[in-house]
Amino acid sequence: MIPLSWYLIFAAALFSIGLYGVLARKNAIAILMGIELMLNAINVNLVAFWRYRTPEMLGGQVFAVIVFAVAAAEVAVGLALFISLYRRRNTIAADEIDLMKW
Amino acid sequence: MTALQIIFILVAAMTLGAGMLVVTARNLIHSALWLVTALFGVAIMFVLLEAGFLAVVQVMVYIGAIAILIIFGIMLTRKIASDSGPRFTENWGWALFIAVVLFGGLTWLLASWSGFQAEPAPLSERFDSLRQLGVALVSPDGYVLAFELASVLLLAALIGALVIAWDRK
Amino acid sequence: MTTETLIWLIPLPPVLAFFIIVLFTNRSKALSHTLAVGAAFLSWLGSMVVFFRAIGTEHLGEHPFVSSIPWLATGDDYLWIGVQIDPLSAVTLFFVAWTVLMIFVYSVGYHNFGQPKGDHDRPGLQPHGATVADAHGHKHTVPSIEPMYSRFFAFIGLFAFGMYTLVVSDNLLTLFVGWEIMGLCSYLLIGFWYGKPSARAAMIKAFITTRVGDVFMLLGIAYLYTMTGTLNYREIFYNPEVLNYLVETPSYIAGLSAAAMIGILLFLGTIGKSAQWPLHVWLPDAMEGPTPVSAMIHAATMVSAGVYMVIRVFPLLSAGFENGQLTPPMLLMAFIGAFTALFSATIAVAQNDIKRVLAYSTISQLGFMIAALGVGGYVAATFHLVTHAFFKALLFLGSGSVIHGVEHGVLHTGDHHMDPQDMRNMGGLRHKMPVTFWTFTIGGLALAGFPLFTAGFWSKDEIFADAWAHAPIVLLVLGLAALLTAFYTSRQITMTFMGKPRTKEAEHAVESKWTMTVPLVILAVFAVAFGWVGIPHEFPVVGGIIPNWFHEFVGATLLEHPETLPFSWIPLLTSLVVSLFGLWLGWQVYKGFQVGSTDPVEKTLGATVYRWLKNKYYFDELYDKVFVKPAYWLAETFTSLWMDRKVIDGVLHWFAHISGIIGNFLRNAIDKPIVNGSADLIAESTKRLGAVFRTIQTGRVQQYMILALVSIAAFSALFYYLLVAAR
Repeated sequence: MIPLSWYLIFAAALFSIGLYGVLARKNAIAILMGIELMLNAINVNLVAFWRYRTPEMLGGQVFAVIVFAVAAAEVAVGLALFISLYRRRNTIAADEIDLMKW
Repeated sequence: MTALQIIFILVAAMTLGAGMLVVTARNLIHSALWLVTALFGVAIMFVLLEAGFLAVVQVMVYIGAIAILIIFGIMLTRKIASDSGPRFTENWGWALFIAVVLFGGLTWLLASWSGFQAEPAPLSERFDSLRQLGVALVSPDGYVLAFELASVLLLAALIGALVIAWDRK
Repeated sequence: MTTETLIWLIPLPPVLAFFIIVLFTNRSKALSHTLAVGAAFLSWLGSMVVFFRAIGTEHLGEHPFVSSIPWLATGDDYLWIGVQIDPLSAVTLFFVAWTVLMIFVYSVGYHNFGQPKGDHDRPGLQPHGATVADAHGHKHTVPSIEPMYSRFFAFIGLFAFGMYTLVVSDNLLTLFVGWEIMGLCSYLLIGFWYGKPSARAAMIKAFITTRVGDVFMLLGIAYLYTMTGTLNYREIFYNPEVLNYLVETPSYIAGLSAAAMIGILLFLGTIGKSAQWPLHVWLPDAMEGPTPVSAMIHAATMVSAGVYMVIRVFPLLSAGFENGQLTPPMLLMAFIGAFTALFSATIAVAQNDIKRVLAYSTISQLGFMIAALGVGGYVAATFHLVTHAFFKALLFLGSGSVIHGVEHGVLHTGDHHMDPQDMRNMGGLRHKMPVTFWTFTIGGLALAGFPLFTAGFWSKDEIFADAWAHAPIVLLVLGLAALLTAFYTSRQITMTFMGKPRTKEAEHAVESKWTMTVPLVILAVFAVAFGWVGIPHEFPVVGGIIPNWFHEFVGATLLEHPETLPFSWIPLLTSLVVSLFGLWLGWQVYKGFQVGSTDPVEKTLGATVYRWLKNKYYFDELYDKVFVKPAYWLAETFTSLWMDRKVIDGVLHWFAHISGIIGNFLRNAIDKPIVNGSADLIAESTKRLGAVFRTIQTGRVQQYMILALVSIAAFSALFYYLLVAAR
């Protein structure tokens, strides 16, 4: 049987990769993709815990479903923002959008 | 090593590899495609975790909608994507460090937890997770409030996205 | 009303008039002079009542009218001040009241009341006439009213107060108060026309010269008070024990007794006030004031006050006189008096200003009185004091009338460079101004001592008698002075009134108004008649018809009634000869005087001697060189320039300089760098620190995230280590 630790380590690794993508990529959409990776890692984590700890209570899965919904909403809004931003400033690089500075 | 374990390792490697390629690919479309691969791998993970419904939802929503949406977004902001310039910010070193630290920290923290190496308990025959999921989602004793709020959230996101991206010409 | 209350009230009306005029009625000329003359009249009335009650009282000398109040608390006792009327002050009050009233009335006319305002008259200068047009449009100039009319009456009111106070007081302190008030008024009135520089100089000279005398007098008063503890007349001068005590106590100065020292000090006050040599210099210059001032202050009252005072303290001066030897004060008085009499008589001979002659004459006559007192002639000195007041006031007022008449001529001709007071420009005025002429002549004859019919004769004769009896050399000197007196008097009368008018101005002279001539007449009556109350008993022919009331009455003032001198022909002959011969000689020499010709006296004596006489023996110049210029030097150079500006100001400037240096140092070396610097440092470093930290806000979200995560990781590690691992 697959120990829980495998799933957890896997989720942690995926999360870290996603974090790296968020922090290190210039393109805004690439950042968004990183965020998706992170969210997926979270989902894996959640479901793993559901299966191994409380399989008869469906709370884990419900949580994961809600996370799906939120992720979708977030991507939609995020992309809308990026498009609007692109139209304004003709750029999509995150470090060129720096008006909130000193 | 059981067959399940081998499958797990293969799928995990595929997913993590795809993930790494997502964050390092030069071409953004490639990056998006590798994302699709990673998402697919996660769906397989769900299957391994006996959450079949979630696997299907993952494929439908994430790959079918979100990844496609991302690809659309890439295409709409294409001009800049093909510009030259490094694809990493100047602080990528720090980001790497953080990622590594986070991974290491999480692992180490979890390792000191007692239930780390737990084995899954067998499910009973008569346990219908899908049916239970459905009941939980809409039952007043369950998570109907969260369900409804999520739908409101989706509505808000729909309207919001429309408003934000509206071309005011 | 009791006599004592009345005596207290006598000085009051004039001072009330002074205050009311100064505060309220200054603008109204009529109201002011009414107040002043009314006040003088009230005081005159009071004085007459008191006088007649006094002469009706038996033994007034032993029981005078006295009234006093405790005034100044001194330890456990009081200094009492009050009033006293004994025979001496009664007769003094009599002549003061009459002369003051006459002069007040005269002033109304003298200052041209009723005349229009002058063309360019300004307060501070003499009025110069107003142009009026008559019915035909002819313009001629008439005398104009004095611009400072009310001020004059205010001042003479204050003066009258001073004199009355002096006369009625019963102690030396209030006498001194009255003395000084009169000194002040003399200053104010001599400089009445303060726009004239000569008047300003004269007023200061008068005040300062009399001040010199007053300082010594005050020393004498203080010394007397120290020795006896009182200043009351009755307690000192009528108290043989006190007098003996003073005679016996030595004063440790020049071997004199205390009595002699005090007497000399008090007499020095008289030398100043009565203008005796050497402090005589102020009186001729005092003629700068209006003529009523000259009459009142410098003939009838103020200078007489000096003599009055010395008569009053006669018991002190003569303490120790028993053995027939003159005491030191009396010796000094006899010398100064006789010398001054002759000295100023010689100067008077060479004067051409009508008022100057009279001024020197006053000095001379005062010398007569003092000399008389110096040889012990108490009654004689008092007698001459009274008669002199009358005829000298008469002469001064008459001269004022003459000057007015000639000024009328000046306004007529318009020649303002002519001096209306110069006798050489007069002549023939007896036809133009008859009343003035006759009254002036009566006064002049009284001054010269014309026998029998003038008061001056009787008083002068008595002085000669006393001089002959006690110190014949004084008779010689006084006789010479009397000869010169008669001479210059008839010189004056001849040049002014006799012959023909020598100038056009004299031709156009007119008689003065009634306000001026009536006082002249009244005073002339006294100048004639007053002598008859003092006819000595043994006088040939007329002696004994009228008792010698004066001698009896005034002699009773002293503790021991002065002896009646036996009759002697020598003084009588002397006075007859000098008087008649002098009068005749003056007329003879001057009857043909022409304008522009040299003075006959100058021809006789030679130009140099005459020049010395005319310039008053150059005493003014001497005093100027010896006293005045050094005083100015001391004030201007030594005190003002050196001490004040160089030393004192120098020290102050040095302090300021040092303060400036210290201040600059504190500012530049401490305040700016240290205090300001540290404040600036704090601000600057905050700014720089802020600028450094500001750069964190790049606006890049990823950077923020990295920062946050790194910080979280670091803190988590730290807390984990501290909270968990370290246990």
